[in-house]
Amino acid sequence: MVPITTIHYLVVAAALFVLGVVGVLTRRNVVIVLMSIELILNAVNLNLVAFSRMWGNLYGQAFAIFIVVDAAAEAAVGLGILIAFFRNKETIHVDEIDLLKW
Amino acid sequence: MNPMANPLINSGAAPVATPFFFYLLAGLSIVGALLMITRRNAVHSALALILTLLSVAGLYLMLYAPFVAGVQIIVYGGGIMVLFLFVIMLVNIERVSRERQFNRMWPVGLLASCALLALFLGALEKGKSLLPDRLMQIPEASNTQGIAALLYGDAGRMGQYTFAFEIASLLLLVAILGAVIMTKKKI
Repeated sequence: MVPITTIHYLVVAAALFVLGVVGVLTRRNVVIVLMSIELILNAVNLNLVAFSRMWGNLYGQAFAIFIVVDAAAEAAVGLGILIAFFRNKETIHVDEIDLLKW
Repeated sequence: MNPMANPLINSGAAPVATPFFFYLLAGLSIVGALLMITRRNAVHSALALILTLLSVAGLYLMLYAPFVAGVQIIVYGGGIMVLFLFVIMLVNIERVSRERQFNRMWPVGLLASCALLALFLGALEKGKSLLPDRLMQIPEASNTQGIAALLYGDAGRMGQYTFAFEIASLLLLVAILGAVIMTKKKI
């Protein structure tokens, strides 16, 4: 059995990233688009932690922790925007959110 | 092959089931991601994403990063996904799960994502020779201690990421203020 190298983790991270991109580009439900963005951030985190293991220092892991913090802030603000928008127009489909002001 | 002669293992004990757990956790995370982007019901998507996040936390544990794994489970699984579930229950109208779920342009999006995946795999294939063939030694101190030294500094000096840590707390404050003000009915 081939031993598990860093490349294996990078391939998994690339697959998760592309699945997140598919979710952002394809789905109509706004909440699922926001969750796909979280999946993209997770893929980047996996990449960073894999490289941190490869080089033997902790810089990748510290960066990953900052990305988790940033993802939390972004999820809160994005969902706040969604709720504020939902109060005006009762839809959660991205293709029905097409007016700047009405 | 003698596990102790494996150059990829530089700690004392030789792991015996590493490929099994890696493929299990990687498979679970990819299955969870696939379920998340295809489910009709948003709550099912959120649960599939929680499965993915927990599997990625397991992968972090395999990469000798227990603190990041703990942060992932507590903050992502316990904070962000609970927030998503609250908002899903606030905005999910019953008729939404019976309407069309995918964009009209979904073939274009799928094609572009396949091109992106081919680009990533091509870059990994070409860059494979740049990676070192032995893993470096992991630091002697415990993982949490090492990250704490980076974030908070030690022995009276500032750490390398202390300034970034303070800016991150400012970012969280701004996000809290934004979320509270945006969801108020009357400002």
